[in-house]
This record gives sequence, structure tokens and C-alpha cells, in this order.
Amino acid sequence: MFAFAKPALATPADRLIAAARWRWYETAFWLGTLLVLFAFPGYLQLASQIAIVGLFALSLDLLMGYAGIISLGHAAFFGFGAYVAGIIAKYGWGEPLSGMVIAGLSAGLLGLIVSPIITRLHGIALLMVTMGLCVLLFEAANRAVWLTGGDDGLQGVEIWPIFGTFTFDLLGRTAYLYALIVLFLMFLVARRIVHSPFGLSLQAMRDNPRRAPAIGTDMGERVRIVYTISAAMAGVAGALIAQTTQFVALEVLSFQRSAEIMIILILGGTGRLFGGLIGAAVFMIARDQLATSYPQYWYLGIGALLVAVVMFARGGVMGGFDRLVRWWRARAGAGR
Amino acid sequence: MAERLLELDQVTAGYGEAVVLDQVSLGLGEGESLALLGRNGVGKSTLLMTVMGHTRLRSGRLAWRGQDIGRLAAFKRARLGLGWVAQEREVFPSLTAEENLTVASRPGPWTLEKIYELFPRLAERRDNLGNQLSGGEQQMLAIARTLMTNPKLLLLDEPCEGLAPVIIDELVDAIRRMTEQEGLAMILVEQHADLALELTQRVIVLERGAIVHQGPSKNLIDDQATKSRYLGVSLVADGA
Repeated sequence: MFAFAKPALATPADRLIAAARWRWYETAFWLGTLLVLFAFPGYLQLASQIAIVGLFALSLDLLMGYAGIISLGHAAFFGFGAYVAGIIAKYGWGEPLSGMVIAGLSAGLLGLIVSPIITRLHGIALLMVTMGLCVLLFEAANRAVWLTGGDDGLQGVEIWPIFGTFTFDLLGRTAYLYALIVLFLMFLVARRIVHSPFGLSLQAMRDNPRRAPAIGTDMGERVRIVYTISAAMAGVAGALIAQTTQFVALEVLSFQRSAEIMIILILGGTGRLFGGLIGAAVFMIARDQLATSYPQYWYLGIGALLVAVVMFARGGVMGGFDRLVRWWRARAGAGR
Repeated sequence: MAERLLELDQVTAGYGEAVVLDQVSLGLGEGESLALLGRNGVGKSTLLMTVMGHTRLRSGRLAWRGQDIGRLAAFKRARLGLGWVAQEREVFPSLTAEENLTVASRPGPWTLEKIYELFPRLAERRDNLGNQLSGGEQQMLAIARTLMTNPKLLLLDEPCEGLAPVIIDELVDAIRRMTEQEGLAMILVEQHADLALELTQRVIVLERGAIVHQGPSKNLIDDQATKSRYLGVSLVADGA
């Protein structure tokens, strides 16, 4: 046989499994999220919002960061999930877990129905259509006052205790743990997808949509699958927001939601799984702090933050972090 | 007559309203190799792209093992066993060299191990990202990626273009192994006419989208008259 610089690994599957190995910083990150419970007990409401928005951003990352499908209307699925969860709770079934599952499946179904259109579009047309879908849903929810409460939002949502035991308390302890556990499970799903042969083919498709068919990739099928999964995940995030706040505002379907989630993802770094989570934390903590300190000008601060990230940390917070690590290693290597 | 691997019958194709290929007919059996020569812009790449379904097929029949594939999606043609290596290479830049290979992997005789044996350079660079490879390495990777799909027929579009002579030697050795030892059928588009003729059994020369010469490759090697008539400038580039 022939010699390699490194020991040869037998099959492509082995390499994928090796790439999917659990890293130390991932463990540290998730332990850190638990620490929030004790370190910042006064901020648990904010923390659960971050976890939920993080999940929403994660769903967009699968679509945009990995499959390269840009969507300016992802709030359609987030809002749809929120309304489904809110409405079933309002009309008599307040059990949170099943409500969340139903909301996720409904949003996934909506995604599946829309996905054949998505497979045919690229670039600006794709942006317009995804945005249009979200606007349509927004108007529908606005008009259907009898069902959604219209502009006043969906009131009277009552969520039962989780497993009949854990009531949603005022401090937000239950809400945070609930959102965090769901986020973690969904993260595991996303991680599994990304490190599968399917995930690899998504990245190939993102890198070069013209060449992916040349190696036998059915792009239409990949798009339909990833779009459906991403929609379902966004729907779960929407359900969480409805359940933890026991209210659904019409704003969940707004264009601003769609745009904001894209900003959050870019801020954190696309195509990295953690990007959306970090982006959500940075964005929402910054907003919270700025809104307290400068109630009139807080959006100015957000704008400055965005400009700074785009100019000085391409690839978002995660991209900047990567470069920092590389620079550090290079320096350490040169010092030796 | 034995069933042909690939058969083009009176194929007319192009882009939009423009017709580039005019009634081209050719056939290729299992393990056969064919050089496709001609000046720039005569339709060589278009012919490969037509076989892959990336142009507008206006008339004529395109068959794979007797089955009409003229309306089949590109990815399905790839799955049937058509392995196209485009001129622009276009490796996936954010995947590592090895990921570029594994993403294309389909069951068959070509495995990672065998690919690395054929292109030892790629084994050394396996963890580099696609855009961190040199031009020659990218070309090897593009060919290797196509091999990972375990094709029956390889469509190579100017694999040696713009590469250093020593890299060309490596590539030529690899191509020889693929066709002569592994029995892959091949259509080779190449500007270096003599190189292409050495690597193939038969040759077709295109001129303005139509076939103007065909025959055994070895006969054309010494046929200076035909070569200078249809290939002209290409001769100057020989061995460059």
C-alpha cells in the first residue's frame, strides 16, 4: 500500500462521524447556559427570550447558512407556529408540549406546501417571494380578528403546567428551562443534520449550485427537505414565545421580525450553528441595556453595533472569534 | 449492433435562440475513449454540456444505453453514470478537499483510498479547503470528485488548461490509468491536440458546430494537413 501523512480513515462515514465529535467548547457553552439560572436570576425573562430567538435564528441558519437559501420572510413560520400554539391553548388545550409539537408540525406543513415554489427561485426573486408570503400571513392575521385578535394580539392564552407540575412562574425560571431544553434538543437535531451526508450536500449546493447536479445531487429535493425542517423549527420557536408569554402579538409575523432574525444571524455568523445563538444573545442583551440607558436613542446603538461587526468582524462574532484564535495560534507558533 | 453507452443522433443544440451544435451524431461504447478537437468556439464544451443537459436541445436524440435521456434532469444523468468535469473546475470552496470527495461519493469501485492512490497530492492536502488549493490541485480534485460518483463515462473539458507541465504529466498519467487500466469511457476536450490524440482511441474534429473529421486518433497524429486545416493555432500551443 501507500503511505499517508496521517493514518487513513476507511470510509466517508468515518470522516463524517469524526467531524461530528462533541467539542469541549460546546459542553462549556451549554453548561454556561445553565449557570444563567444562578448568576442572573433577575434576567431569566430576557434569557428565555434569547433562547427562543436563538432557536429561530438556528432555523434560519440551516436554511441560509448551510443551504444558501436566503429568506426575508422567515417570520411567516415563526408567527404561524405562535398563532397555532396560542389558539389551541386559548380554545381549551393548554398542555404545552403537545401544543408545541402541533405548532411545529403545522409550520413544517406550511413550509412543505411553499417549498416547491422556493426550489424554482434564486436571488432577488427569492427574497421577494419569501417576504411576500410573510406579508400575506401578516395581513390575514390582522384581518381575522375573530380568531387572532387582530392588532390587539391574541389574549386569554392559558398554558397548563409542564407535565402537570411545573407552573410558569413570574420570575421566568420554568420558562427559561423549558425554552433552553427545547433549544438544546433542536440544536442536537440541527447538528445531526449538518454533520450528515445530507448536510454536506447542502453545503455543496450552497457553494456551487451549478456543479452540485454534476455529482448527482437532486437540488429540488434537498431544498424541499431543508425548507420544511427549517419551517418546523421556526414554528417551534414561535410556539415557545406564545407559551412562555401567554400572549401572541401580531408583531410575530411582521417584516421587522424577519429582517431582525437575519441581522441576528449575520451578527453571530452564518453556517456555524452557534452563530444564531450568540447573535441572539449579543443583539438582545445590547438592546436591553441600550433601551434602559438611552430609551430614546437605543436603535442608534444597535445600528452602530451592526456597522462595527460588518466592518471589523466579517463572518460575525463567530468569524471574528475564529480569526482571533488563528492569530493567537500563529503567534504562539512563532514564539516557539 | 451492441448497445452503445452514449449515442448522439442528429443533435442540434444551443443557448436560447443561438444554435451552437448542428446535427451532430456520434456514438461511444463501454471503455472507449474519444478526443474532441477543434478551434476555440466551435462547440466542444457545448457538446459536453448538451450531454449533461445544460443547454437547450432543439432536435435530435440523446441516448444512454439505448434509453432516451434528452429530457432528463442533470442530476439524474450524473446518477446514470455520466461524470462531467467542467472547464471551470469549480470545487466547493468551503468544503475541505476530502469533503469535496465524500459529498460526491456513490457506491462503486472508486473509493477514497483508491482516489488518494491515484492522486497522492490530494491525500496530502485532504484537510485544506477547496479554495486553498493550487490550480492543478483543484483540477485533480474536480476529476477526483467526479470519479467518486463512480461514473461509466468521463467528460473532461480541457483538464490541462493553464497548468504547469509537471502537473500536466501527473494528470496525463492519471487519465491513462483511468481509461486504460480501469476501463472508463472518456470524451476528452483538449487544446493540446497531440496530447489528446495520444490519450484516446478515436477523434472527432468540430468546425462551427459540425463534425468535419473523424477517425482513429493515431492516424491523425501524423496527418499534418488535416491538423493545420482544422486546428490551426492549436498546434502552436502543443506541449506548452
